[in-house]
Amino acid sequence: MPMELANVENIAHLARLHLSDEEKKEAADSMSNILKLIDQMQSVNTDNIEPLAHAFDNVQRLRYDAVTETNTRDELQKIAPEAEEGLFLVPKVIE
Amino acid sequence: MIDSTLAEISRALENRDISSVEITKAYLDRIAQENADLNAFITVTEDLAMAQAEAADKKRSEGSAGAFTGIPIAHKDLFCTNGIRTSCGSKMLDNFIAPYNATVVERFNNAGAVTLGKTNMDEFAMGSSNETSFYGPVKNPWDRSLVPGGSSGGSAAAVAARLCAGATATDTGGSIRQPASFSGITGIKPTYGRVSRWGMVAFASSLDQAGTMTQSAEDAALMLNVMAGMDEKDSTCSTIDTEDYTASLDKPLEGLRIGLPVEHFSEGLSADMEECIRDAVGEYEKLGATVKDIQLPNSHLSVSAYYVIAPAEASANLSRYDGVRYGYRCDNPVDLEDMYKRTRSEGFGTEVKRRIMVGTYALSAGYYDAYYRKAQKIRRLIKNDFQSAFEEVDVIMGPTSPHTAFAIGSQNDDPVTMYLEDIYTIAVNLAGLPGISIPAGFINNLPVGLQIVGKDFAEAQLLNVAHKFQQATDWHKKAPQD
Amino acid sequence: MEWETVIGLEVHVQLSTASKLFSGTSTEFGAEPNTQANIYDLAMPGTLPVLNSEALKMAVKFGLAIDAEIGKTSVFDRKNYFYPDLPKGYQTSQLDFPTVGKGSLVINMEDGTQKTIGVTRAHMEEDAGKSLHEDFHGKSGIDLNRAGTPLLEIVSEPDLRSAKEAVAYLKKLHSIVCYLGISDGDMSQGSMRCDANVSIRPKGSTELGMRTEIKNINSFRFVEKAINIEVERQIDLIEDGGTVTQETRLYDSEKNETRSMRSKEVANDYRYFPEPDLLPVVIDDSFIEAVRKTLPELPDAKRQRFQEQYGLSEYDAMVLSADLDTANYFEEVAAACDDAKLSANWVMGDLQAYLNKEELPITQSMISAEALAGIISRIKDNTISSKIAKTVFESMLAGEGDADSIIESKGLKQVTDTGAIETMVDEVIANNPTQVQQYKDGKEQVIGFFVGQVMKASQGKANPGQVNQMLKEKLSQ
Repeated sequence: MPMELANVENIAHLARLHLSDEEKKEAADSMSNILKLIDQMQSVNTDNIEPLAHAFDNVQRLRYDAVTETNTRDELQKIAPEAEEGLFLVPKVIE
Repeated sequence: MIDSTLAEISRALENRDISSVEITKAYLDRIAQENADLNAFITVTEDLAMAQAEAADKKRSEGSAGAFTGIPIAHKDLFCTNGIRTSCGSKMLDNFIAPYNATVVERFNNAGAVTLGKTNMDEFAMGSSNETSFYGPVKNPWDRSLVPGGSSGGSAAAVAARLCAGATATDTGGSIRQPASFSGITGIKPTYGRVSRWGMVAFASSLDQAGTMTQSAEDAALMLNVMAGMDEKDSTCSTIDTEDYTASLDKPLEGLRIGLPVEHFSEGLSADMEECIRDAVGEYEKLGATVKDIQLPNSHLSVSAYYVIAPAEASANLSRYDGVRYGYRCDNPVDLEDMYKRTRSEGFGTEVKRRIMVGTYALSAGYYDAYYRKAQKIRRLIKNDFQSAFEEVDVIMGPTSPHTAFAIGSQNDDPVTMYLEDIYTIAVNLAGLPGISIPAGFINNLPVGLQIVGKDFAEAQLLNVAHKFQQATDWHKKAPQD
Repeated sequence: MEWETVIGLEVHVQLSTASKLFSGTSTEFGAEPNTQANIYDLAMPGTLPVLNSEALKMAVKFGLAIDAEIGKTSVFDRKNYFYPDLPKGYQTSQLDFPTVGKGSLVINMEDGTQKTIGVTRAHMEEDAGKSLHEDFHGKSGIDLNRAGTPLLEIVSEPDLRSAKEAVAYLKKLHSIVCYLGISDGDMSQGSMRCDANVSIRPKGSTELGMRTEIKNINSFRFVEKAINIEVERQIDLIEDGGTVTQETRLYDSEKNETRSMRSKEVANDYRYFPEPDLLPVVIDDSFIEAVRKTLPELPDAKRQRFQEQYGLSEYDAMVLSADLDTANYFEEVAAACDDAKLSANWVMGDLQAYLNKEELPITQSMISAEALAGIISRIKDNTISSKIAKTVFESMLAGEGDADSIIESKGLKQVTDTGAIETMVDEVIANNPTQVQQYKDGKEQVIGFFVGQVMKASQGKANPGQVNQMLKEKLSQ
């Protein structure tokens, strides 16, 4: 089924992407094509099939609870777009 | 010497026929000569390489060198390198210098390898032609109007054009095997969990796996010996012991059971490609293997399932690029929302945004069951197909790609056409299996790749099977003319 | 119309591990901004999570304490949303397969009644960082020290019917997590945070009304106030012909009101899916049994034991067992002085009054359990009276030493010398002939007057029992 523009806008907002009107149209078209490809999955009945999240059939390993990290703030904030007094700065957060 | 295989260079270094400084310099010269046109490297680390080469030679003179000491290699630009930019082929990370090494990089450094630089790639490893890179497309050394394949196109082209002895790469849906096939080299994607993903910029976490690009299977074995093995920092890394991947390279192939999936020899495969692959299989029969047809009945759904699972995981993996802590941030955001949206729209390229959109859609309320959950069920069916097949055969062979390398810019109109490039390789990632592509002939002077798929953690066997073929043929020795 | 309130609580408890849920960074409170945020906590590319074993044990421990089903296979999921204090752009949490499933706990109301409250689930997840709203040239500062600290989110059934019940539930949870040692439960530091889902319905109705979620309630007192004010708001709204909208509201403790959170107005679509960087967490019976062995005596069991072992009333036992430190203190006092009743009275009475006044936790009491037991022992062996004991207690708070030295230096020793008491008794009888006559006429309650006079004469030091007995003897002569 073709992708609606309103749907594209909603998805773009969820993904925090800004799309121009042209990009939205392009996205609607290409996503419609991709969904056609994806929808081929529906040709197979999978009613009694367990979903497989990971091909790696194993269980989670546990880490010993110990502090292994030291303070490297200054080094890490050297590559930050904007930092001051040890804080990362962003446009005002409004709750 | 730069035309030699990695194994030959290793022996030459050991015999002191050459020094690491000499071979490193030779590669750097060749990179300086060729890279401007090929665009295989995003970053060349000349100073680091020379320092590492000198250190390697010193180590050798002290008698503490190993098999990899002093060998010049390149890393795909998604393995984080301490102090050196790791761009992932994206504007988003154009200014990103990680203060840490990926486990793979760390292991090569510890083994004494020399890092020549970081290789070009499709942006965030999303692509099959290396055309989505922020740094421009890579050219195929066999014909510079063609793509080298992707996403590890830079690593493939660098090895094919002899700009390095070997290169690391990653494979999420075919990103090692397809460019290896297009570029006439050997590329192995190990079993999921064989090599640590720590420090490797993530595309799709349940599918990404690091591997190698080399001239030969023997070279790949030498690289895997360094890379593979348990890493406690990666929860999805296997604890199964590794082995010396060079040890069983020469094992005879008598009695090897080869399966040919009928689905990979059907419509969509050109006659000359099929002939080339069947000739290669014939070579195996001469080496004592038996061949039979097998079925992978759900393989036609692998691309569909993959284009749900991979974008879904990617949509979350790429949320961290928000302009807050590192990487690109848009100029003068008016508010938080504006910062997020413009940073991400300006920092990501079209294909990356497209996949984030598809993945976000597949996970969104009301679609999860129809898309994401359905894809996971298909994934189970695909894994089951392989399991049944491996009850009858030891390895599965077929073409790596439906055709040889295509022209730059020729397939950019419809993303789906590009997605279908990986039709033979994607199922292997969904099932987590190891796969290798080796040079198996030429069509119109362009290389053809034979894909060999093995059972879980059967890397040694795959390399053995590939190596015996390379002992009997010389396709892998062919090099492109400058 | 009569309304019934329906409340469900979502309580976030910070687990007191040394390091974060998925990284080896310290979780200690109060560090300089971003000094406890490593490359994983900052979501640097390529970094990966590995699960903290202690956090898992703590979650299981909580599950066992509330008799819950333990998820033998639990799965972490990604909950996707953008916020500057959420570095990865998703929170690693648990959706369909939490570590702790259905359980329950009993709450104790002040009137002595009890009620069982269902716990739907308790899942493990990461905490977010903090946005600091002080002005940095019109910008916000982000501190990620807290990002990745392990949380246990405990979700109750909508079984609570009043703000008081909600508080009792929260206090019980607080008591349990502190007993288990899995959290310091400090609400003022955010170690325990509470969101309340509140709705009202006509009394007798079985359908749930439209609910609002109140966020950011950070003390027991505010829980009660916030719920009450929200219930009032909903009743007014409906009785004025309006309807309640499902929304998230913020409690403003200064204005004592709840207000709509605009930023959360857009319906969230969290796009949960299994976290591919982590594998299913599988625990077997031996793991669970090993954790079970570490379970301490829990509040309910302790209360019952206090009643049985010390003969305390249900109320006293409940008060003393609610807080583990208080319970331990009480038991120490009782063991040292061998009088549980007196110990209970002193701990709940004078000691608690002093702690409340000074706003001190019992662990920081000026008077140790041993010292308090010293006072009680002197009451027991008749060295001092209960009244004098209060003087000793005050002196002790003033730092004047232990009970014996205070009694000694201040001369507070009770007079038990029969001769001395007899002198005083005789004197009082001689000076008050009117009252003597009243007593002899059968008005026996006058005895209290005589005791008071003798005690006054002795400056409180005479043994009241002895005085009483002697007076009775003499007045009957």
